[in-house]
Amino acid sequence: MSNYLLEISGLDKNFGGLPALSQVSFRAAPGQVTALIGPNGAGKTTLINCLSGVIRPDAGEILFDGRNVAGLPAHRLARLGISRTFQNLRLFPRLSVLDNVLCGLTIQAGVSLVEALLRLPGLRHRERRLKLQALEALDAFGLADKAAMPAGALPYGDKKRVEMARAFVSQPVLTLLDEPVAGLNPEETAQIAGLIRQMRLAGKTMVLVEHDMELVMGVSDRVVVLDGGCRIAAGSPEEVRVNPLVLEAYLGRMSATA
Amino acid sequence: MGTRDRSKLFALRHRTGLAVWVLALILLGTPLVVNNPYNLGILNLIGLYVIVVLGLNLFIGYAGQISLGHAAFFGLGAYGSAVLTGTYGFPAWPAMALTAAALALIALALGVPILRLSGHYLAMATLGFNYVVHSIFVQWDRVTGGPSGLSGIPPLTFFGFAFDSDLKFHYLVWTFALAALTLCLNLVRSGVGRGLAALAQDEVAAATLGVNVRRAKVQVFVLSAVLASVAGSLYAHYFGYVNPHAFSIFKSLDLVIMVVVGGMGSIWGTLFGVAFITILPHVLEFFETYMDIIQGVILVVILLFLPQGFVTGLVDLVRTGLARRRLAAETAKRAPTG
Repeated sequence: MSNYLLEISGLDKNFGGLPALSQVSFRAAPGQVTALIGPNGAGKTTLINCLSGVIRPDAGEILFDGRNVAGLPAHRLARLGISRTFQNLRLFPRLSVLDNVLCGLTIQAGVSLVEALLRLPGLRHRERRLKLQALEALDAFGLADKAAMPAGALPYGDKKRVEMARAFVSQPVLTLLDEPVAGLNPEETAQIAGLIRQMRLAGKTMVLVEHDMELVMGVSDRVVVLDGGCRIAAGSPEEVRVNPLVLEAYLGRMSATA
Repeated sequence: MGTRDRSKLFALRHRTGLAVWVLALILLGTPLVVNNPYNLGILNLIGLYVIVVLGLNLFIGYAGQISLGHAAFFGLGAYGSAVLTGTYGFPAWPAMALTAAALALIALALGVPILRLSGHYLAMATLGFNYVVHSIFVQWDRVTGGPSGLSGIPPLTFFGFAFDSDLKFHYLVWTFALAALTLCLNLVRSGVGRGLAALAQDEVAAATLGVNVRRAKVQVFVLSAVLASVAGSLYAHYFGYVNPHAFSIFKSLDLVIMVVVGGMGSIWGTLFGVAFITILPHVLEFFETYMDIIQGVILVVILLFLPQGFVTGLVDLVRTGLARRRLAAETAKRAPTG
């Protein structure tokens, strides 16, 4: 058994013949924050979508806890303990904040239709326990006083935190955060950074896609850099910061083009 | 904890169950007030449609799908019971169960392929299903009795007690309707129900939270078909005859209108939607003549202004308004300088 929770090797994904990911490999260690960075169109979100089963990779291996999970549908990956947030919020706007977070406990709540229809005592108790668990998560993410509000009515920054609470409430094995601070002001960004650090201290494993370099450098243990669907660098935040290939990808070629 | 606190907590914890019991008590006493057979008949019809529309509302309102073919399931339930008991002399209760089980299988076989579709395509597929079933009712003379249908269906009996009057049937149909109501309320208050509400609003997000989207849709489709089938069987035994006219695509549209008036995903709203649409033509003769036009106008107006349906739309508006006001008040408090 390796020391890595997630080992990706040779991942390929094409959209209509255009490569979005080519031969991408990287690893994420348990209990650490691994950041994926790169310019727009580098393939970061595509990679997250492959990891969460939203799209199927064309080729390559995704070893999760030693098992190849590439190509499994999203609900199966969720069952294995992979949770995620979305770049452009995907909350359920008409459900209350509490129900949104309870949706993060779908698997724990049970999937038997007959059991749900009959609402036997066992289910009643489980529902009560899950509700407490969801309320705790809301508390941890600073949303306790908004539990009963419809999620759609909240301001953007609160919505981002509801999505994080929903992703963490089930005690997932791996959480994929897709641009958790996109569109937030500095104050809200600092708040999210604090929450990510808190989750890291609680022993959570995270893969973070983010454009905000200050956040990435502040919370990550390891940084993987993608450009044009390929991995161009990986290492500690300090190493990546000074890597010439990374600077080139972000700032363009310094020398005259041939 | 005092007795008063304890009873308060009990009431809060069991508010849904208590509401159902209150409704049951009201319905128990209704025949004392509504004592002419005509009005009781309307109330019975409401009970029948409540069973169908509860299932349809789970499918449309909770799972976010569309069906323009549920009258077919209702009709197949009615014809199933009619043929088995009237023609072949089957005992009524096993015939009802057998019909429902058969319809569950049909819905499963139909649901697996067509629930890959969505929106207009799903609407057309279900409409087509209803059309085919209706044609069979009309054309397959030997079994269905053709356009004039089947008659002489015996009433349901329970240990020798026959539900052969409007009054007796009132208690029977509402027992079924309240049971269906309870099952649906249970479902929506479970993880499965939240999963359905989630997939109606965002299938991708629901899937990443562990909802098996395709399976959940098929399950609800089958459940709604079974409820429609049971209601159909009750219908056949109540009226004693069935004919194809009652199960055409226009009946399917009526059912969808009931869902829309009641509100997408509102279990309690369903009661209102069914009652409103069923009573309307009986209240004023004017409405009876122009029923189709009025229903059309109601549908357009509701969908234009409250796309979530009448009851749900209003509730959503109020909830969102209250939340926005509270949030605004909090922001103002935090920055008093303004």
